[in-house]
Amino acid sequence: MEVAVFLVFAALALASSLVVVLHRNPIYAVMSLVVTFVSIAVLFVLLGAPFLAAIQVLVYTGAILVLFLFVIMLLNVSRDASSGGFDLQKAIAVLAAAGFSLLLATLFWGRYQGVELSPLVESQVALKPLARLLLSKYLLLFEVIGLLLLAAVTAATVLSRRVKGDVA
Amino acid sequence: MTVPVSWYLYLAAALFGIGTVGVLSRRSTITIFLSIELMLNSVNLTIVAFARDIGQTAQNLNAALDGQILVLIVIAVAAAEAAVGLALFIAVFRNRKTIDVNRLNLMRW
Repeated sequence: MEVAVFLVFAALALASSLVVVLHRNPIYAVMSLVVTFVSIAVLFVLLGAPFLAAIQVLVYTGAILVLFLFVIMLLNVSRDASSGGFDLQKAIAVLAAAGFSLLLATLFWGRYQGVELSPLVESQVALKPLARLLLSKYLLLFEVIGLLLLAAVTAATVLSRRVKGDVA
Repeated sequence: MTVPVSWYLYLAAALFGIGTVGVLSRRSTITIFLSIELMLNSVNLTIVAFARDIGQTAQNLNAALDGQILVLIVIAVAAAEAAVGLALFIAVFRNRKTIDVNRLNLMRW
């Protein structure tokens, strides 16, 4: 059962991420990235991280990708103007990415081949230890993240503000 | 039967490669940015898989939770990065009327 769920959502993630990279309309790219992120959230659940799965759906698909859609529609960038053919740059990009992925897979194969996981127990998926850790050992980090988000909001507001003398 | 941890890692490596292709070969800034988000997410998947493995071999629950908190931080930083990046796009578009990377070559040597 677990293997079946993994295979279905892994295939879904791979297929929809290919659509993200290949589709020429950015709206479709964002929509298929939603599918990728939800599939990855399902894999987080399988790995015993249900809280991360919820955060992934809320923050990534609910906030970040909606922001992308908003900006795409605001700027009216309907289509990618790049050439449809297969040029040298694309060939080099595919070769470089495939080489890097193979390198990573070889590393993982050497270290993790045949490592079996035992089924999850209830204490591994409990939320209480995570919350306790986040608000005790990592409290400073938690506060710094709040500060970072405040800085980001300020920066985004200042950057997108219309200054005097702008044409548009 | 449970899924071996290596399957997650291979999937993450493949997603990272797909994201790299997007960053290197596309011309639209929005698509490049989407590919970067995809790469960030594949790294998150790797971290969670590692955390699951460490939590099991070390028989230590906190070791697994450390990894999950790291992913939480990465998601927060990604949200901040997306907000600032998209604001930059709006500012650039307002001045140049385009966000095609081939036409934003003012700093090209």
